[in-house]
Amino acid sequence: MEGLIFDIRRFTVHDGPGIRSTVFLKGCPLSCSWCHNPESQSGLPETSTRSLALDGRIFNEEEVSGDWMNSEDVIREVLKDGVFYDESGGGVTVSGGEPTFQHEFLVELLSGMKARGIHLALDTCGHTEWGKLAETMNYVDLYLYDLKLMDDGLHMKYTGVSNKQILENMQKLAASGKKIIVRMPVIPGINDTDHNFTALRSFLGGLKPAITEINLLPFHAAAENKYKRFGKDNFMKNVKSTPAEDLQSRKKELESDGYQVRIGG
Amino acid sequence: MTDRIKILREQSLRAVNRISSERALLVTEFYESGMDRKVSTPVGRAMVFDHILSHKHLFIGEGELIIGERGPAPKACPTYPEICLHSLEDLEILDTRKKVSFKVDDEVRTIYAEKIIPFWKEHSNRERIMNSLSDEWLNAYKAGVFTEFQEQRAPGHTVLGNKIYHQGMNDLVLQIKATIKNLDFISDPSAYEKREELKAMEIAANALIKFAGRHADELSRLAEKESDPGRRAELEEMCKVCRNVPANAPSTFHEALQYYWFVHLGVITELNPWDSFNPGRLDQHLLPFYRKGIEDGSLSVETATEMLQSFWIKFNNHPAPPKVGVTALESNTYTDFCLINLGGVKPDGSDAVNELTFILLDVIEEMRLLQPSSMVQVSKKNPDDFIQRTLKITKTGFGQPSFFNTDAIVQELVRQGKSLEDARNGGASGCVEAGAFGTEAYILSGYFNLAKVLELTLNNGFDTRSGKQVGLLSGDPESFSSFEELTTAFKNQLEYLTSLKIKGNNIIHRIFADHMPVPFMSLLIDDCISNAMDYNAGGARYNTTYVQGVGLGSITDSLTAIKYHVFEKKTITMKGLLKALAADFLDFEEFRKELVYHTPKYGNDDDYADDQARLVFRLFFEAVDSKPTSVGGKHRINLLPTTSHVYFGSVIGAMPDGRLAQQPLSEGISPFQGADHKGPTAVLKSAAKIDHLLTGGTLLNQKFSPSFFEGDEAIKKLCALIRGYFRMDGHHIQFNVVNAETLKDAQKYPEKYRDLIVRVAGYSDYFNDLGEDLQNEIIRRTEHEGV
Repeated sequence: MEGLIFDIRRFTVHDGPGIRSTVFLKGCPLSCSWCHNPESQSGLPETSTRSLALDGRIFNEEEVSGDWMNSEDVIREVLKDGVFYDESGGGVTVSGGEPTFQHEFLVELLSGMKARGIHLALDTCGHTEWGKLAETMNYVDLYLYDLKLMDDGLHMKYTGVSNKQILENMQKLAASGKKIIVRMPVIPGINDTDHNFTALRSFLGGLKPAITEINLLPFHAAAENKYKRFGKDNFMKNVKSTPAEDLQSRKKELESDGYQVRIGG
Repeated sequence: MTDRIKILREQSLRAVNRISSERALLVTEFYESGMDRKVSTPVGRAMVFDHILSHKHLFIGEGELIIGERGPAPKACPTYPEICLHSLEDLEILDTRKKVSFKVDDEVRTIYAEKIIPFWKEHSNRERIMNSLSDEWLNAYKAGVFTEFQEQRAPGHTVLGNKIYHQGMNDLVLQIKATIKNLDFISDPSAYEKREELKAMEIAANALIKFAGRHADELSRLAEKESDPGRRAELEEMCKVCRNVPANAPSTFHEALQYYWFVHLGVITELNPWDSFNPGRLDQHLLPFYRKGIEDGSLSVETATEMLQSFWIKFNNHPAPPKVGVTALESNTYTDFCLINLGGVKPDGSDAVNELTFILLDVIEEMRLLQPSSMVQVSKKNPDDFIQRTLKITKTGFGQPSFFNTDAIVQELVRQGKSLEDARNGGASGCVEAGAFGTEAYILSGYFNLAKVLELTLNNGFDTRSGKQVGLLSGDPESFSSFEELTTAFKNQLEYLTSLKIKGNNIIHRIFADHMPVPFMSLLIDDCISNAMDYNAGGARYNTTYVQGVGLGSITDSLTAIKYHVFEKKTITMKGLLKALAADFLDFEEFRKELVYHTPKYGNDDDYADDQARLVFRLFFEAVDSKPTSVGGKHRINLLPTTSHVYFGSVIGAMPDGRLAQQPLSEGISPFQGADHKGPTAVLKSAAKIDHLLTGGTLLNQKFSPSFFEGDEAIKKLCALIRGYFRMDGHHIQFNVVNAETLKDAQKYPEKYRDLIVRVAGYSDYFNDLGEDLQNEIIRRTEHEGV
């Protein structure tokens, strides 16, 4: 069947082990205020204007985000780098949007790739029915599980949904023994609080030993251009990027709990 | 780094390049005496060699451990008037040009005006060559279809094997005498030529022994005067070394290095061979001496390192001899392409990485010098930690060492007919050229402008710039009804133009064989002695002549654009395309945007475009490979540009890939600057679609920002990237580790970046010494940031 893909990137080196390709599926149930890929949220193709520069002259063009692709075509594309997955212990990461948003396509894609022996990582926000997530466990070797805010009220406020299902799914996933890397974007003034991190540490403490690694993703004020192109309001417009050094003390805290912590993933 | 090395390194970096007239004077003096007329040509050349080494000024620097200079002082560069003659205007250009200038003092000018120019005017080998070539060759040469390496420099391009580490010059003389004794003057019609060549080799061998003896005498004199007991002991030891080598086989680490260095000076004094004569597999050659020294306590890691560093500085003291005419103005390369090889495999095919390999990597990292350049040979047999250690040097951003695929090189050489063992003893030299070290004369004959062939095809063989019919009448492109008709015309044009180059090569080879033999070089490369034949005449065990294709990315993208827009999508007619090209896309900007942004391009792992790379590669290979040379060898191809892609671009108008007139072409087998947008793995996949094993070298440049190399994880990923490319038979990859902002700043404030070294194309150079267009190109090359 066909799925809506908004990008396939090769040589992604921060989305799991080794040299990887990342397949981005379009559509997401969340609408995080800080979203880097606002064009990934809608479950339909979107049109925007793109400016191309050539010798100082600017050409404005319409561009469609989102391609309907057959799972076999996606697999053919990601297999192009098979030699590099082999040499590096890498593979393919499926990301989004939220990949489980296109559940049926996702399962077809994952099973097709697994059949070809590719190491698979799934980058998920966890906001989906447990049954759907559980089904991916047949194929996925590693979960990159995004946590944003531990406080449900704030989660609702900044992402548009409750975190209840997300946290429950994570507990179930951890209990199943799957390998999980927790990823948390650190957003100034929103979740970089002691309160949030204390809650995070306490929550994760209950999930050991499934969680071995935590990635803290510093906020980058890079998406403004995209918001403009897609005619969307950028909530984070005036917020500056977080320098990686600012996350050092958070990193140390988490390391003292016995996790391997990386800034930037 | 010891204080001594710090001082020597600083002195080498600060020394000013100068033109020395010493060699030119000695050579002229010899020929003026008429001595050469009494003897055969090779004996005459050997006598010139002896004359120079017997009379040149000796230089022994304070604190040096390895001694000997080509000129009277470090960076005092000789000239070779018998090969090509500098005019007074050339000397002026060298003195005043902005990049890599060579100071020319009044004395040199006077000597040139009064002695050198009057004697050699219209009698240098360059004149002999130019007078022997056809008008068709000259027209194509002037139009920029190809360049000619041997026009200003002698054929060289070889690397020493392990011969000198177990044979002294005296041993070679014995071998020569035995060969002479066995000559058959009754039934061998070439017995006389053979004897003369062998006599010449003997004179050359003895000349080098005498040269070392002169150094020994001077060292002994210096030792007597020396008040510091430590230095006196060193001078005495060095004197002892110079009395033993090169006369006899070396017995210590020190002797092995000093022996090599005398040999190096001999080769670059005899003539100015293109390019890069060097010791090659240093970690293999020196290992027995290193281990012996460590075992008997005469050597430590520290003393070995200091000696190697002293050796390194000698290379850096020797800039490439500057050129004449237009190339004096345009070509300003400092480096003479000495490329030290580390790693790889032993003659039995096993992993050759050893403890000395890692010491040499430390030396490379600490010295940070342009010359000698360095590379690592990576075989599937070599361990990952060897690659990872090397990447940690690469990431410091001076473009060395580069990475070569030993397993591919061995297969390339074996395909060309070398024995497996000779192939395993080989490696790469110059930029990326594969060769069997110590047994092969592999001569680079010139760059070949693949993109120009298409321009000529699109103009029915007529070159609009020179106003001449340079190519074949290959048909009016507007009459072509299919892409295949176009590629057939391109193929015919390519066959015609490569045949001109090959015919020229076969004339030039004979000119060097007959008039410019190199008896000293012939001593060093097997089997010149046993064949009793000169290196330049085909005396080596293997003889190969390369034609180096340039602009693979540009020609691929241009053919792809024609296929896509003219014949398939029909967005433009051939007539319209030709009009757009003639107008340099003026008033065709929309169409140019389509070409640049919406047309399949080489470098993205897209077969639609990469199929044209395969096609051009195959046509070029078939046109050149296996064609005989006039010295008993074969022609072969490789794909590397050095800096010729800039010159070649300057002689071509706008191209169907959207490149504007006179802009540089793509370099090596790298995609056109900015054409690749799918990341490095896609570039490597595209590059691996041509069959590297049919070449003698390809060059692939990948630029990374320094940030990409941070952390052991990143180093491991780059290691895997190299392994992946090499598994697909890729020949070579090099990393440029700089960010564009730094380079832009360096362009603005060159004074702040005097030590900034970048990898240009198979070699490194000071960024400040590059022309502005090359600087701009390096800035433009796609930066592959980690996501």
